Amino acid sequence: MKPGQTDQDDRKAWLGLLAKSPAAKLAELWAAVDAISDYKVLRAPEIGAVMVRGRAGAVGAQFNLGEMTVTRASVRLAGGAVGHGYVQGRDKDKALVAAQIDALMQTDQADHIQKTVLDPLRVHMQATKDKRARKAAATKVDFFTLVRGEG
Amino acid sequence: MYVAVKGGEKAIDAAHAWLAEERRGDLSVPELSVAQIREQMSLAVNRVMAEGSLYDPDLAALAIKQARGDLIEAIFLIRAYRTTLQRFGGSNPVDTGEMSCDRRISATFKDAPGGQVLGPTFDYTHRLLDFKLVADGAVDPADERAVETETTPHIMSFLNKEGLIEDDVATDGATPPDLTREPLELPADRSLRLQSLTRADEGFILGMAYSTQRGYARNHAFVAELRVGTCCVEMEIPELGFAIEIGEVEVTECETVNQFQGSKTEPPQFTRGYGLVFGQTERKAISMALVDRALRWAELGEDNVGAPAQDEEFVLYHSDNIQATGFLEHIKLPHYVDFQSELELIRKLRRTPETHMTEAAE
Repeated sequence: MKPGQTDQDDRKAWLGLLAKSPAAKLAELWAAVDAISDYKVLRAPEIGAVMVRGRAGAVGAQFNLGEMTVTRASVRLAGGAVGHGYVQGRDKDKALVAAQIDALMQTDQADHIQKTVLDPLRVHMQATKDKRARKAAATKVDFFTLVRGEG
Repeated sequence: MYVAVKGGEKAIDAAHAWLAEERRGDLSVPELSVAQIREQMSLAVNRVMAEGSLYDPDLAALAIKQARGDLIEAIFLIRAYRTTLQRFGGSNPVDTGEMSCDRRISATFKDAPGGQVLGPTFDYTHRLLDFKLVADGAVDPADERAVETETTPHIMSFLNKEGLIEDDVATDGATPPDLTREPLELPADRSLRLQSLTRADEGFILGMAYSTQRGYARNHAFVAELRVGTCCVEMEIPELGFAIEIGEVEVTECETVNQFQGSKTEPPQFTRGYGLVFGQTERKAISMALVDRALRWAELGEDNVGAPAQDEEFVLYHSDNIQATGFLEHIKLPHYVDFQSELELIRKLRRTPETHMTEAAE
């Protein structure tokens, strides 16, 4: 494996988690964190759209399905780490928090942030997802064959 | 003579003030919150997102509230809002095979791996009004069961083991055409047609799809698979140099297999129609798949039998409810000058034959 590949995968994972996280839960966890350092806003939070694409027949040529709202922000910590936040929806605070977390995850505070924010966030989101999957599973059809009259 | 007229400002202000009051309705009834609309009118929210072509449940709910429940007006508000947004880019194509499915059924393959999952559906309800909802909306928690399989692969991939279904080939590279950026020009390729259909008016597309079932360009469709669930959306982020997930969207996907006797260019096989729409919007997704299939007549070497659903100009140019409503509703706005000139013309024409008739009698 290339050096840096795992770092990139890790970063991809936490950025994806932050993007999809429920804003209220992220805000709650973030408010309890005591590791916040000074930062400078490189890109003030801005709301925009991303064109979501699909594929014809699920596997064929790409087509434009429609847009979704996204908010992004970038920060630089006093120590120099640069963080980017891209989050779904129109929540500027959330984008700024995501950018700060992305930056902090590149510092020696990474473990602390991982334990106090990202892990509980992941557990929370997984629980929501699992519950939905269990409800879907309950609606799965069990087919049975009626005994035929012949023989 | 053209006489410029002004006026109506006061009347318009008063009309809008009254509109706001009527929107609120009886003050003794509690006001609806946007969150209530988002949570409890979610299928209306889905329709507004799909046809407004912007995935944002809170905004769609707000639009529905502002539009007093007029969904086309709400879609109009969303379309207007989205034009104000900066476009950050385009996503990678969503992988619907990786969908977390709430619902996944097949009308063609009973024992599909992953099973037939009904999800929260109106199917098999008796369509009897539930008067209990008048009194209170308390619901028992839904049943839960352990999840057996994590993966729900596309059913089409199993059906096609014998190679009896048309192959769909990924043609990557080119950015798909975008009718929100360039005017819709014909002939449209399938990518452009699918973009147009997914944001098209549900009623129009339903009618077009139904017409193919009734025999206008019949292409007997089976629902090979219908799935509803959430898909992650991934986008390349230039400042990072790699792709990250930027969110997830609920979508409905419908794949149809259609009878096809073969043509000069294609062997007898099952052909395919495709529908993919934001939100749980399955009537729309099934309709989209049927209309997509009907519009594919040329690439499959079929005859154009002159059916409306085969006519891409007819379908694509009349399926957008915002364009349609804009043109339709403008005729109620003041046309005093136009009408004055029409009136003059009719009067003139009426005078002329009278003269002729008098002359003929003499």
